[in-house]
Amino acid sequence: MDLANQQRVKDAAEKFGADNVIVILGSSDAEGAGIYAETVTAGDPTFAGPLAGVALNLPVYHVFEDVVRAEADAGEWENQISMMEMVLDPAALAQAVREMREEHGQSVL
Amino acid sequence: MPNAAVKACSNCLVHAPEMAERYGNTPYMERLSHPGSEFLAALPKAGQSYEEACRYAPNLTFIGALSVDGLPARPQPWLRNLEPEAVRDGRFGEIMPEDEFLGLMDFCDVFDLIWLSLDFAAGVKGKLKARNFWSPEQLARLEKGRPLAEIEAECREQHALPLYFGGRVVGCCRRGHETDENLSAHVLLENIASKATSILAMMHLLRNSGLPPGEIDFVVECSEEAIGDMNQRGGGNLAKAVAEIAGCRNASGFDVRAFCAGPTAALITAASMVAAGARKNVVVVAGGAVPKLYMNARDHVKKGLPALENVLGSMAVLLTEDDGESPVIRLDSLGKHTVGAGASPQAVTTALAWEPLEKLGLKLTDVDKYAPELHNPEVTVPAGAGNVPEANYKMIAALGVMKKQLERGDIEGFVKERGLTGFAPTQGHIPSGVPYMGHALEEMKAGRLKRIMVIGKGSLFLGRLTNLADGASFLMEKMAGGAGQAAAVTTRDVEEVVLEALGDLAAALNR
Repeated sequence: MDLANQQRVKDAAEKFGADNVIVILGSSDAEGAGIYAETVTAGDPTFAGPLAGVALNLPVYHVFEDVVRAEADAGEWENQISMMEMVLDPAALAQAVREMREEHGQSVL
Repeated sequence: MPNAAVKACSNCLVHAPEMAERYGNTPYMERLSHPGSEFLAALPKAGQSYEEACRYAPNLTFIGALSVDGLPARPQPWLRNLEPEAVRDGRFGEIMPEDEFLGLMDFCDVFDLIWLSLDFAAGVKGKLKARNFWSPEQLARLEKGRPLAEIEAECREQHALPLYFGGRVVGCCRRGHETDENLSAHVLLENIASKATSILAMMHLLRNSGLPPGEIDFVVECSEEAIGDMNQRGGGNLAKAVAEIAGCRNASGFDVRAFCAGPTAALITAASMVAAGARKNVVVVAGGAVPKLYMNARDHVKKGLPALENVLGSMAVLLTEDDGESPVIRLDSLGKHTVGAGASPQAVTTALAWEPLEKLGLKLTDVDKYAPELHNPEVTVPAGAGNVPEANYKMIAALGVMKKQLERGDIEGFVKERGLTGFAPTQGHIPSGVPYMGHALEEMKAGRLKRIMVIGKGSLFLGRLTNLADGASFLMEKMAGGAGQAAAVTTRDVEEVVLEALGDLAAALNR
C-alpha cells in the first residue's frame, strides 16, 4: 500500500476512531490484497510507510466478499463492478483478505 | 475524413544499472531513510548485467530483435531462460550500455551541466564513434572531460550528483541554479536523461524512415518530465531541445503531458495536425524516466529475483500525410475518457474500447490486436500488480460479454487471439501501447494484420489535483483501397457539386 494511502487510513482511524472505520479493498491481485489487508490490521509489513509498526486492527473486506455485495445497490453493482467479476478471481481475493482480517482485524459485517 | 500515415517507428532501451541504483526513486528514498538496509546492500548484485539485458526476451521484443508473436513461445520464465546470444541492435532500435549513455548525456547537454572525467570521456568517445551511428557534429559536442578532482569537488562543494560506471565516479551532473529546486542537479539529471533517451529514439527513427533530419517539420514530445524553473516549473518544450541535437533544423515542437496516456494523446494531436495539413512530417517522441528505475526492486530482491527495472525506455513514431498505402491513425473515431465517464474499470473500458468501435459500427472482434498497457509481467507480477496487459484483455472481453458480442466461454480465446504478451519496461508512459506500433506496421505492410487499437491510460490522482481516471485510444489500420485516394475523390465530388450549384444559381439569376 502506497505511503499516501497508509496515511489516509491512519488519519481516518484517528479522526473517527477505529470502531467507526471499515476498509474496503478493490485490489485485483490476491497477494497484494493480502498485503494491503495486513497493512491496515497488523501494520505495514514492508516497514516503509506511516503504518510501519502501527497495528490499527481495522475491519477490512474485499469488495468481492458476499457480505459487502449484500450491502450494495444491485443496479450500481451491475454498472460498476460486474464486469470485473468476470475478469478477476473473486473467491481468491475474498479469501486473501478474510484470512488476514480473521488473524489481525475484526469482523463487523 | 483525412487521416495520418504511420511511416516509421523506433523503440530503444538504455541499460543504466548504476543510475538506477543511485537515482531510481525507490533506492534513492531508501538511502535517505534507511541507508544501511538489506535491500540497498543486495541491490547491486540483483540487477541484470548488460549482457543479460541483451539476452532477455522482452527487451529483444521491444527493440524488434524478436517478434511479438514469438515472445510467448520463448521458454519461461524469460529471466531464467535468457536467449542464447546477446543482441544489441533490433529492427526498431538498440540496447545502449551505460557508459555510452553517459557520453550521450554529455553531448546532449548545452549548459555545461554534465561533466565527465578525462579518461572516461576519451574512452566513451571512441566507443560512440565506432558505432558509425552518430554524426560528426554530434560527436564533436562530446567534451574532452575534466580532472576527476574537479568533479569530486563539484559534488562535495556545489551539490552536483556523481555519475558512476563500473562502481566508480566517472562524472557528475551539476545544478543549474543555487537555490531553485526545479534546477537542482537531481531534477536536471532526470530531464537530461529523458532528453538523451529521446534523442536516441529520434536518431533510430530517422534511420528507420530514411528521412533526412531537415525534412522533419514538427516534434511532439510526450514523456512525464517537467521542464522549467521556479517561475514555470512545467514550462516545457523538451521537443525542441531534442530536435536541436537530432539535427532537425527545420522543426519546431511542443510537449504533450497526460501521465501514462501522454503518448496516445500526443499521437492523436500529431495525427490531427498532419491530417489537417497544418504540419507535414511530425515526430512523436518520448524519453525514459530515471525515477521509475528499480521502482519495484524491493519486491524483486525480497523474492530472490533479478531486479529487471534497470533499463530506460524510449520510443518515436513518424507520421506523414496519408499516401493511400501506409497504415493510418484513424481520426474519425477516437477513444476519449470524459470527465463524466466514471472511474470504474467498466466505465474506462467502455469509453476507450467500446465507444470508438460502436461509432464506426464495428464489433470488439473487428480489432485484430489490442495494445493497452504493455508492461512486462515478469516485473509486475512479483510486485503484486498482476499481469497488466492480460487484465486489460480480460476487461475488454468481459465487456464484450456484457454487450452480448461474446459468450462468457469466449473470454479466454479472445485474450489469446487479440491480446499481446507484455514486453515493455515499467517506465510509466513507455508501456502505453505505442511500442507495439512498430510491430504492427510491419505486420500490416505484410498483409497479416488489418486493424489494431492503441489504448493509453493515465493516473491523474498522482498529481493531487483530481481523482478522475483518464485515457485515450485510437485505431491504426491498413485502409482498404487507400484512405488518401478516398479523401481526394470526396474533395473532387464536393467541388463538382458546388460548381454545379453555383452554375444553377447563376442561370436562375439570369432568368
